[in-house]
Amino acid sequence: MSEAIKQEPRILPYVLAINEGIAEVLREQEMAFLAGEDVAEAGGVYGYCGGLLAEFGEDRVIDTPISEKGIMGLGVGASATGCRPIIDLMFMDFVGECMDEVANQMAKMRFMFGGGATLPVTVLTMGGAGGNLAAQHSQSLEAWLAHLPGLKVVMPSDAYDAKGMIIAACRDDNPVFVVLNKASLALSMEVPEGAYEVPIGKAIVRREGTDLTIVGIGRMVHEAMAAAEQLKELGLDVEVIDARTVQPFDTETVINSIKKTHRALIVHEAVKFCGIGGEIVAQIQEFAFDYLDAPVMRVGAPFSPVPFSPPLEKAYIPSADSIVAQVKQTLEL
Amino acid sequence: MAKKPNVKKKVAKKPATKKKAVKVAKSTPRRAPKKAIKGPGDKVLLELHLKMVRIRRFEETAGRLMEDGKIPGALHLYVGQEAIAAGVMQHLSNEDWITSTHRGHGHLVAKGGEFKPMYAELFGRSTGYCGGKGGSMHISNMKLGMLGANGIVGGGPPIAMGAAFSNKFKKNKNVSIAFFGDGASNEGSIHEAANMAALYKLPCVFLCENNGYGEYTRQSKHQAIVDVADRASGYGMPGVVCDGMDVMAVYEAAGEAIDRARAGDGPTLLECKTYRYYDHVGIRGMGLNYRTDEEVAEWRKKDPIESFEKRLVQLGVMTQKKIDNVYASVDKQVEEAVEFANDSPYPNVEDLLDNVYCVKEA
Repeated sequence: MSEAIKQEPRILPYVLAINEGIAEVLREQEMAFLAGEDVAEAGGVYGYCGGLLAEFGEDRVIDTPISEKGIMGLGVGASATGCRPIIDLMFMDFVGECMDEVANQMAKMRFMFGGGATLPVTVLTMGGAGGNLAAQHSQSLEAWLAHLPGLKVVMPSDAYDAKGMIIAACRDDNPVFVVLNKASLALSMEVPEGAYEVPIGKAIVRREGTDLTIVGIGRMVHEAMAAAEQLKELGLDVEVIDARTVQPFDTETVINSIKKTHRALIVHEAVKFCGIGGEIVAQIQEFAFDYLDAPVMRVGAPFSPVPFSPPLEKAYIPSADSIVAQVKQTLEL
Repeated sequence: MAKKPNVKKKVAKKPATKKKAVKVAKSTPRRAPKKAIKGPGDKVLLELHLKMVRIRRFEETAGRLMEDGKIPGALHLYVGQEAIAAGVMQHLSNEDWITSTHRGHGHLVAKGGEFKPMYAELFGRSTGYCGGKGGSMHISNMKLGMLGANGIVGGGPPIAMGAAFSNKFKKNKNVSIAFFGDGASNEGSIHEAANMAALYKLPCVFLCENNGYGEYTRQSKHQAIVDVADRASGYGMPGVVCDGMDVMAVYEAAGEAIDRARAGDGPTLLECKTYRYYDHVGIRGMGLNYRTDEEVAEWRKKDPIESFEKRLVQLGVMTQKKIDNVYASVDKQVEEAVEFANDSPYPNVEDLLDNVYCVKEA
């Protein structure tokens, strides 16, 4: 490495951090392979598999037919028999095509077999709205997955986490879904070279504050940070927590924050009804009821499929403004 | 069924574009010829016989115990189909994988499953193969290469394809067998798994046990074809039909398909025509009016074990006394295993959450 590069922080977009995460895993784990639709020759529809075929060859970077049941079955069968598959599920919306393989096979096999099987399989999938891709290519379905005992579900909000969480997921001996975000692909930041892990199951405080805790899921962390700036002008000192993982959820970090701030808001891009936010609110009232000074707030998408038309989609996705509006309404600011 | 001429293995090259679309697809799978019984040697013949007897006696007892309320939940019995599990598993070692179905006890018995942990699992006891967490529909043993019975019709084949991929990835010579029924053949999961197995030339055999019924619906009411093996050409793999009531026919046809897979020549769809003596669930079943006693009696005349025993006696491989001894010995093992299961403790309630996840020791 040259001196010039050493001195400059290495800035990478989210999309290239994903690529580095996969590459690090393929380098360090000889039983790992990547399989999915268009991942090899085309390098992935979002480009994050670029160069992997050239480096690792066609035995380890594998184009599959458009067959999600087959691809997920490949992940289940190969992981149970000694491989460490990385399965690319192009869009999270397509999980409906393979929900049996995910819910009834992958999630349950170890338990049903009394511990006889171990399934070190990682599923990368692209979630979220913001690209005018309409109702079947824009969903945030993490609550479907988090409801299944046996799965882990992580949602990296930035490039550093994307790389570190892919590596952590692939080193884990359980099925892990890494829910990526298509609206974050160009988000850039300093990303270290080499392999590192962002631990699964640990939330992180992104901004410290004393008056209100906002728990953000996935990309909504950035909206929460922007909302915190706006709320500062209204005299509220906001703490922002990036949940990072939704299953297993880090209740402790959230509760510790609320003991300090006494107010909480959960924000996710998924539909609000039966979203992860509902579960987090339930845990807060269970473990921190006496510390609360205000009703716990939730911001999520309305109970509607994701709309196509740009102004409708913009209105649909939660934002810093909608977070601020909810805070103003509940706290009567 | 009208006897069809033996047709040469047909791997799809190009779709027959010249032909006009016809209403009924032409049946093209190769018919496995009747094989002479001698050939594999007496040792194999005796093992095939023992496997079938073990399955039958295990199942008859299991069915009675369920109906007497000793075994909780539901059991899907394999009685009538024994020739298939025996004939296929005779070619496999513990290093070869299988995925089974909801009717899975027979597969595990033939793969080397022991009666004690099998009955214990059906009883929901801690000494069972799955520690009582799985029961009949999820009974499994990874050390025996058994990737589980499966409560989802069509759930196994994508997993078997994945296991076959694993074998190819590791560059070993092991194979993977996906058992499924005529009912499951209509599930999309099998279509995807078969296409991928053929595309990647995986060491896999798609083994259809066509017992004529998908649960309570006869085959003619759930698909427009007679031979599931017809579908093989659509995947670019050979399709073979054999008599699933004849253990030697299964043994020969499965051997060929398995040899082909081990040689790296890709998957085969082998369909074995068979029949389920008992109901979809249990022995007496639910009394649903979907097939006649006469039909069951007709199929019982082709009983795979009785007919094989007759031939073994004719050939001088076994005597009736030796056959009786086999049953006596198996029955004793059944009795001891049931006693073991019945005396085994239930799992600890405190251990309920064990193995939801794999937790690494610190």
